[in-house]
Amino acid sequence: MNWQAIRAIYVFEMARTFRTIAQSIVSPVLSTVLYFVVFGAAIGGRIESVEGISYGAFIVPGLIMLTLLQQAVTNASFGIYFPKFIGTIYELLSAPMSFVEIVIGYVGAAATKALMIALIILATSTLFVDLQILHPVWMVTFLVLTAVSFALLGFIIGIWAGNFEQLQLIPLLIITPLVFLGGSFYSVSMLPPAWQTITHFNPVLYLISGFRWSFFGVADVPVGISIAAITVFLALCLTVIWLIFRTGWRLRQ
Amino acid sequence: MPAIISVRNLGKTYANGFTALDDVSLDIEEGEILALLGPNGAGKTTLISVICGLVQPTAGTVTVGGHDIRSEYRAARALIGLVPQEITIEPFEKVIATTRFSRGLFGKAPDEAHLEQVLRALSLWDKKDTRNRELSGGMKRRVLIAKALSHEPRILFLDEPTAGVDVNLRKDMWALVRRLRDDGVTIILTTHYIEEAEQMADRIGVIDKGRLLLVEDKDRLMRKLGRKRLVIELQAPLTSVPDALARYNLTVERDGHALAYDYDTQADRTGIAHLLSDLAQAGLSVRDLETTESSLEQVFLSLVEENA
Repeated sequence: MNWQAIRAIYVFEMARTFRTIAQSIVSPVLSTVLYFVVFGAAIGGRIESVEGISYGAFIVPGLIMLTLLQQAVTNASFGIYFPKFIGTIYELLSAPMSFVEIVIGYVGAAATKALMIALIILATSTLFVDLQILHPVWMVTFLVLTAVSFALLGFIIGIWAGNFEQLQLIPLLIITPLVFLGGSFYSVSMLPPAWQTITHFNPVLYLISGFRWSFFGVADVPVGISIAAITVFLALCLTVIWLIFRTGWRLRQ
Repeated sequence: MPAIISVRNLGKTYANGFTALDDVSLDIEEGEILALLGPNGAGKTTLISVICGLVQPTAGTVTVGGHDIRSEYRAARALIGLVPQEITIEPFEKVIATTRFSRGLFGKAPDEAHLEQVLRALSLWDKKDTRNRELSGGMKRRVLIAKALSHEPRILFLDEPTAGVDVNLRKDMWALVRRLRDDGVTIILTTHYIEEAEQMADRIGVIDKGRLLLVEDKDRLMRKLGRKRLVIELQAPLTSVPDALARYNLTVERDGHALAYDYDTQADRTGIAHLLSDLAQAGLSVRDLETTESSLEQVFLSLVEENA
């Protein structure tokens, strides 16, 4: 393994994060605070509790997941797309490093950044609501697995994208709706039966459900299924990455 | 000298059927400066891109320092520094950070002293904390060279290093290349400026339409393919070439005051002695003689025309 190269990419990407600190960290935190104000205070005032948990606390795992997914995908996709766009990718491709090392560098940095923001949001939310975390180890496991999986997805999007529009397309049109409809702000049991069935086709439901379970011990779906779902998704992303690596798709002519 | 790069029957045909490289074989010796000369689109950049791992060849093999570029790509690529033709550089990074990044990518442990040495040699040290996008075009190009040298390569590829570069910077670049060569770095540069090849190279390879037409010691190439022109200045002007001299393919120059004769310096008989005696027989008296050697440019054009 070319650890120096992985380190170089990781340090370089993290430096970008800190250079653009306002847009990297301040803006997701600000938008989360806005969610708290709008959903927690305005709506939460009318919904007293969901499954025995105060509404303000109930939405915290969903809000963290919303930001975690968006950040992991956008950071990883931008991280690899930008060198492609400006042409500096030549250096990565001519360096004595394998595709796996490139992936570890970019995905590692994107996942780290997404996790940092998730933890900041978690800390921020304690200012608004009382939180309990029943299964902290599982909480961290869900966070890390989700961050890594979606950073991998972002990396694939970044390799695939031919322009900035395509880069924004999937996060905007697929991931955000899935998170909103995946039970971020409500329990699936609150939906009419038909919608409950449909929601079970939404993969993000399993992430949010499992993550919420690690906080409060309540879940929309059994936690084992949540873990299986995230594992399958991770495996799927790794397979696509492996195929890209094998074929040099969109990278080497 | 041993070959540090060995290219065997290399071919690259793109999916759309375009053949960028056609059966190219080439040995590059350690420590030499090789110039690859050819018109735009000849395949120079493709050849470099294959050796550096950016383009996958469709035929043939390449070894770098004895390592196959596919099965032992790590060992092969670690030896190579590449300066691309386009100025492609991270706009928002500082010069030092971007150079440090390059060194890391090539698997080398951090070495600030080496980076300082490289940046000083390129007159970039006082710009080390400047962001790349604030640099002039010439400086950006030097940053690209600094990146390529950051990991102490034994081979340096310079793809059109002086395209669009002003005269002073071009001279600096040439001096730098010579210094690197003196340090034992093998240098392969592509150019379509003949002057550059003539100034810099130990050997010259000519590429056109994906084929390597020849690789030759620069001076030998000039001699071998060099044609000379003899200009005969006459006492009295002429309007046309006399019939008696028709077989020499002479041209009338300088408003009839001179005749020009092109000949091959490598031919067994240049024909000069016969021409001069025939001139005397035709009653033309000679005032002066001069010969001029063709430049590499003419050599190159005649090669490319033959290949057309």
